[in-house]
Amino acid sequence: MVDLKIKIQDLEFKNPVTTASGTFAYGEEFSDFLDLNRLGGFFIKGLTLENREGNPYPRMAETASGMLNSVGLQNKGIDHFISHIYPRIKDYDTHIIANINGSTIEDYITVTEKLNDLEKIPAIELNISCPNVKEGGMAFGIRKKSAVEVTEAVRKACKKILIVKLTPNITDIAEMARVVEGAGADSISLVNTFLGMAIDAETRKPLLSTVTGGLSGPCIKPIALRMVWDVFKAVKVPVIGMGGIMNAADAIEFILAGSTAIQIGTANFIDPQVSLKIIDGIEDYLIRHKVKAVTDLTGAMEI
Amino acid sequence: MTRNFFFKNMKRIEDFTVIQHHWLNENTFLIELKSSGQLPVILPGNFAQIQINNTPGVFLRRPFSIYNADYKNNTLTFYIKIVGKGSRELGLLKPGDITSIIYPLGNTFSLPDKDKVLIVGGGFGIAPFLLLGKSFREHQKKTTFLIGGRSKQDIMLASTFKKYGDVLITTEDGSLGEKGLVTDHSVFNNNNFGYDMIYTCGPDPMMKAVANIARNKNIPCEASLENMMACGFGACLCCVVETTSGNKCVCTEGPVFNINDLAW
Repeated sequence: MVDLKIKIQDLEFKNPVTTASGTFAYGEEFSDFLDLNRLGGFFIKGLTLENREGNPYPRMAETASGMLNSVGLQNKGIDHFISHIYPRIKDYDTHIIANINGSTIEDYITVTEKLNDLEKIPAIELNISCPNVKEGGMAFGIRKKSAVEVTEAVRKACKKILIVKLTPNITDIAEMARVVEGAGADSISLVNTFLGMAIDAETRKPLLSTVTGGLSGPCIKPIALRMVWDVFKAVKVPVIGMGGIMNAADAIEFILAGSTAIQIGTANFIDPQVSLKIIDGIEDYLIRHKVKAVTDLTGAMEI
Repeated sequence: MTRNFFFKNMKRIEDFTVIQHHWLNENTFLIELKSSGQLPVILPGNFAQIQINNTPGVFLRRPFSIYNADYKNNTLTFYIKIVGKGSRELGLLKPGDITSIIYPLGNTFSLPDKDKVLIVGGGFGIAPFLLLGKSFREHQKKTTFLIGGRSKQDIMLASTFKKYGDVLITTEDGSLGEKGLVTDHSVFNNNNFGYDMIYTCGPDPMMKAVANIARNKNIPCEASLENMMACGFGACLCCVVETTSGNKCVCTEGPVFNINDLAW
């Protein structure tokens, strides 16, 4: 028997495979396809204080080996989540992690405080990396000063494990991870999407209503992997890696580069069962390589 | 109108085997694929997300209306025009090839209270209407299909639709049926219009024009939309349409909408 369990601080996960915020809705949308209870956890769609309609259609463009999106944090707000969605999903036997967003630090704090009372949500992922909103999101995550301010403020308000999700759209992600760790992050997750764009050459029009959007999928994997490695070397807290993971081999790469857990994102759109296949694939890998525990692989790339 | 006169099925992801293509012209075909198990009930308006294999530049699945479902042979048929890499690859598949399909997705049309219905399909917009026509026949509705295209090459399945109702045709070049757009057809000019409900699917400008006619005549109308999507089951939130109650996903809250709910 191999051991797939991992820990983010004191919080134990049954395996390192989780699904990324914004690609897994609230879990329920996948319940026809898979047993959610098998997942290490799932990160729900980004929550904001108020209802948000998101950006106008079109919000998606396919690219070579990936896609651009500019959804813009569409959600019905934290109160609607607490009263309508949380009661339906809270009894799944897996960790439900809330991804939170705000236009101001006060928004982040209010959302955090409202989540404190939800027993079945053991951790918060602080999103300072959404590239598709005019205020907040990535604006906090591209400068050290604002990243530290929002992390410290949410740390104070948060009674749960605090994961900070970083944007790759900066020069030195290791330095950003270090200052966010210093501000109280229990864990760092990376990467959010890369800012990109696409144009229809025939019509000269942008393919997204917002012109720019976030690039995800296997096209970003090598850069995401390098960033995970950089951050792993820079911080002591556990790293949660993501960026174009399509299969178990990709997941193992992220673990070897320093991830304690991984998030499956865009792949969920193409194969809603891929997360379970990746759990099985990691288990097979451990058996094949005679590794007892998946934690033995974290950062175990041999140079 | 009676809403949701069918029950809802569980979504599934399944490998299908290509049985055959039936080419209608050099860039249009019907493709029939067989499930390894028992088909669930497919509702008119339902669509499927088909995986495109071995095609550089194609990353996401492609959504297609389910044109026909054969419960005896457990096959699905799709009506496809080659417009890009994904549809071209589906045309190149060989009998016996396997591809993954997520289905049945989306909602369905309402059953009208009264008897006479007009179904307006532009180009490939007729794809969801064979199943609707079959269902209306079972419910003893009197169905008229109004099919529009640029020229007669675009009107290829009229004889199939004739089995389920009257067929009216318009072509922009006048090569078949009345000349003009579907909304120019004389059926709309008749003072004694006589239809109790209109259903439409096709390019957005056409559906909006049909919706306007329905509003002017004060007749209920439903439109089946075809927005771009990544997942097809409500996770990516990419395919939204603006409605009177905010942005809604075409994949899960549609593709069929009452025109009064759309911000058109």
